Amino acid sequence: MIEFSILSLLTFLPLAGVGFILLIRGQEDIVARNAKRVALYTTTFNFILSLYMMFQFNPETSDFQFVEKTEWFPALGISYHMGVDGISLFFVMLSTLLTPICILASWNSIKNRVKEYMIAFLVLETFMIGTFCALDAVLFYIFFEGVLIPMFIIIGVWGGARRVYSAFKFFLYTLLGSVLMLVALLVLFLEVGSSDIQTLMANPVARDVQIWLWLAFFASFAVKMPMWPVHTWLPDAHVEAPTAGSVILAGVLLKMGGYGFLRFSLPMFPEASEFFAPMVMWMSVIAIVYTSLVALVQTDMKKLIAYSSVAHMGFVTLGIFSATTQGIEGGVFQMISHGIISGALFLCVGVVYDRLHTREMARYGGLVKNMPKYATIFMILMLGSVGLPGTSGFVGEFLSLMGAFQVDTVIAVCATTGVVLGAAYMLVMYRNVIFGVQKNDDAAAMKDVNKLEYGYLVPLVLMVLWLGVAPSYVMDRVAPSVQKLIGQYEAGVAKGLESSNGENNE
Amino acid sequence: MSSIDFSSLGPIVPEIFLSVTGMILLVLGVLRGNSSTNLMSWSVVGVLAIAMLFMANQNTNGEAILNGMFVHDRFTFFMKFLVISGLITCVTLSVQYLHQDNVVRFEYPILMLFAGVGMMLMVSSNDMLSLYMGLELQSLSLYVLAAIRRDHMKSAEAGMKYFVLGAISSGMLLFGISLIYGFTGTTNFHVIGQTLGEEVSIGAVLGFVFIMAGLAFKISAVPFHMWTPDVYQGAPTSVTAFFAIVPKVAAIALIIRLLFVPFASLSDQWFQIMWFLSLMSMMVGAFAALRQDNIKRLLAYSSIGNMGYVLIGIVAGGASGLASVLVYLTIYMVMTAGTFGIVLCMRRDGAALEKVSDLAGLSRNSPWLAYPLAILMFSMSGIPPLAGFFGKFMVFKAALESGTYVLAVLGVLTSVVAAYYYLRIIKTMFFDDPVEKFDKEIETSRKIIIGLSLFFVLVFIFNPSPLINIAQSSVVSMFGQ
Repeated sequence: MIEFSILSLLTFLPLAGVGFILLIRGQEDIVARNAKRVALYTTTFNFILSLYMMFQFNPETSDFQFVEKTEWFPALGISYHMGVDGISLFFVMLSTLLTPICILASWNSIKNRVKEYMIAFLVLETFMIGTFCALDAVLFYIFFEGVLIPMFIIIGVWGGARRVYSAFKFFLYTLLGSVLMLVALLVLFLEVGSSDIQTLMANPVARDVQIWLWLAFFASFAVKMPMWPVHTWLPDAHVEAPTAGSVILAGVLLKMGGYGFLRFSLPMFPEASEFFAPMVMWMSVIAIVYTSLVALVQTDMKKLIAYSSVAHMGFVTLGIFSATTQGIEGGVFQMISHGIISGALFLCVGVVYDRLHTREMARYGGLVKNMPKYATIFMILMLGSVGLPGTSGFVGEFLSLMGAFQVDTVIAVCATTGVVLGAAYMLVMYRNVIFGVQKNDDAAAMKDVNKLEYGYLVPLVLMVLWLGVAPSYVMDRVAPSVQKLIGQYEAGVAKGLESSNGENNE
Repeated sequence: MSSIDFSSLGPIVPEIFLSVTGMILLVLGVLRGNSSTNLMSWSVVGVLAIAMLFMANQNTNGEAILNGMFVHDRFTFFMKFLVISGLITCVTLSVQYLHQDNVVRFEYPILMLFAGVGMMLMVSSNDMLSLYMGLELQSLSLYVLAAIRRDHMKSAEAGMKYFVLGAISSGMLLFGISLIYGFTGTTNFHVIGQTLGEEVSIGAVLGFVFIMAGLAFKISAVPFHMWTPDVYQGAPTSVTAFFAIVPKVAAIALIIRLLFVPFASLSDQWFQIMWFLSLMSMMVGAFAALRQDNIKRLLAYSSIGNMGYVLIGIVAGGASGLASVLVYLTIYMVMTAGTFGIVLCMRRDGAALEKVSDLAGLSRNSPWLAYPLAILMFSMSGIPPLAGFFGKFMVFKAALESGTYVLAVLGVLTSVVAAYYYLRIIKTMFFDDPVEKFDKEIETSRKIIIGLSLFFVLVFIFNPSPLINIAQSSVVSMFGQ
């Protein structure tokens, strides 16, 4: 075990970067350049630090590691408690990986208020990492909710034409779900007498209380995820957000919902989760099929990827609520893989958007001729999103479906049609944008990816392939925690059955 | 009635000191005229600071003096501390404003001082008579303050409206007091509490309802809120700031004492009343503000809504409910002070601006105003990690602890609605295109207040315990008797 508190350092280092940026004085262009540099250095250093953490992480145990605990709110018994296990480790990695990439992606495309933009991203990183590291429910809520502030600003200030509408929709939708979670969290806190996540997991409350609390938590996580039918904020937010905002939104923010299900819903309310699992699985199927069909008719590239995100998140909830080892591992893997793939796809859209300032597929076409490198990168990512074996997308989808098959064949069969539909809309997009005839001169004249774009896209492409071919590095670390989670879940369900049997016998 | 024992006057020394110096300052002001306004303002600030020092050395054992008229315990200490700091803030915020809007009148700070004395009496009152006296001293000063720009239509109208409606509410309060007196034969809080006992007479309930109606008017709880938007809009902005910050604290303190000392046995009855007041205030505060374009009106509705949240804590009751009220009030005060500090800076070419749309593009023109206001607005809407979140957190926690689930759930839902209009202000400042710049000159003292408010909102998360501990230990005296 290392001595210094690495999780706090990871979480709050970006804030130190904010401090430095605020100190920069001088002419606007100099400030902008230095702010970009500070942000890049800070987030890169943070990424290296998180790599170090990943190598130090002990894959043998399912316990929380790098734990830190200090009194924070002694009057109420709330403490500052941080730690990671196999489930949260890779979400932290995802956050630290995507933030520097986002800053690189905004290097040239963001021209006004650069300093503020960088500050927003650094603050966002703090909240994201904090969300995944928090081991105290109140602390978790603070980070979880705090994310709204920088994201609202990012969408609203640097977004597209309908940015104000989208920013409000994003904020209010998410807030509505979250405040219900806050109430549930307080009830849980009062029932159990502690806000420590591990204590809460160990002491499940009575079944009827669980049902209500589960619903309230579901309200929050389902919106964040987003699940059908509360997904409508996502396409709007994605379309209007700047490229980097979309990347973070798809790459990390959506995962907070899934992470919440794994950290709160399943272990803390096992009986309620079991009770609602069929409903959630059906909702996931509807999400997968319905949003895939919607994606099929989109003409806007970002909107298409946004709808595909909802469908992919459907696989995640399907896997998680199958409550089988394969299903949950698949759900986690699918989230990590989707974080990379969809993030990279948004970056790809950003590449052409920067050149032509439109996301309409019809304006492009035949890009393979003038942008061969771009076409290759886009193809690998597209195939990853489709779930081609050999890419990371396959592993997640396959395992989630395997989990679902063990629970309910009908659901699983319906969900599998989503894989076909997924292939359909992604291939249609690829054909329209990359192949076909070159309809527009300006699109035909676009230059291939430059070094900077190459620099931030290639690592992601390599990750997609690496995770697809050798998922075991991630799986080995995720598995023990998932086993423990399933143990808690099954123990909770069994205990519930026992007590209800006991009542019947009396 | 025994003669006054001067050695027992310890607890009331700050009030006596403030009244006497207030009168001296008034005489000095008359002699020196309006040119001494600044001097008066700073003297009032100094006098208040001295009173605070007196208070710090006071004995807070809760002994009732002056034949049981006046108590001073840890609860009143906390509330008076809030009142005095609120007063100091408001007088400081006013200094520059008075010159800008041509209301240079030496009475202004002195009236605030007298209003403050009234509020301190309200907080400490332990008898219906001292309650009424404190309340009227406060109200009369506030009526005059609302109308202090007497050559200005809106201000005169605001003062008139406030006076007429305030007089009605005082009448109701008095009527209630007389009913209570009739049914219990006393005006002392403790004796009323003992007399009412277990058996609840309809007359006492009626009396209580009248008293509550009178006090609900003072905290502008719905349905007694009609005056608030008009008065907030019409009164000079610095007076609006004062209205939003200080009188609420005193009235809430008074309500708490009434509910938990004399009317404790009516808790079944007052529970329903307060529940209703709380819910309606939150709803009206949230929904009515949605379409306001005048920032003072908007903040009026915001304060109505905030009082709704405060009342949740009172409904929840118990030590944790009351502690949450104190925490919420403190945070609310600090945020409101900062917000009004910034609203007071909304001037262009010497003219005051009041429209939300005047803030357009402020983040470009004056980031040093826009960023603090944005943070304060996020905090007001209760988004963590800012202080406003913790106020709501404490209140909702207390409500759930006492089992008032419906109120808590409706409370969080209205807070989402309310978030919309706070966000609208942020949207105007950050997403809209800039209009002309605001005037640059901002007095240092105002900057300090905005800075302190911002500092509190941002840093509260790192060490929330002191405030919570003090609040918790302050309310113990409410139950110890």
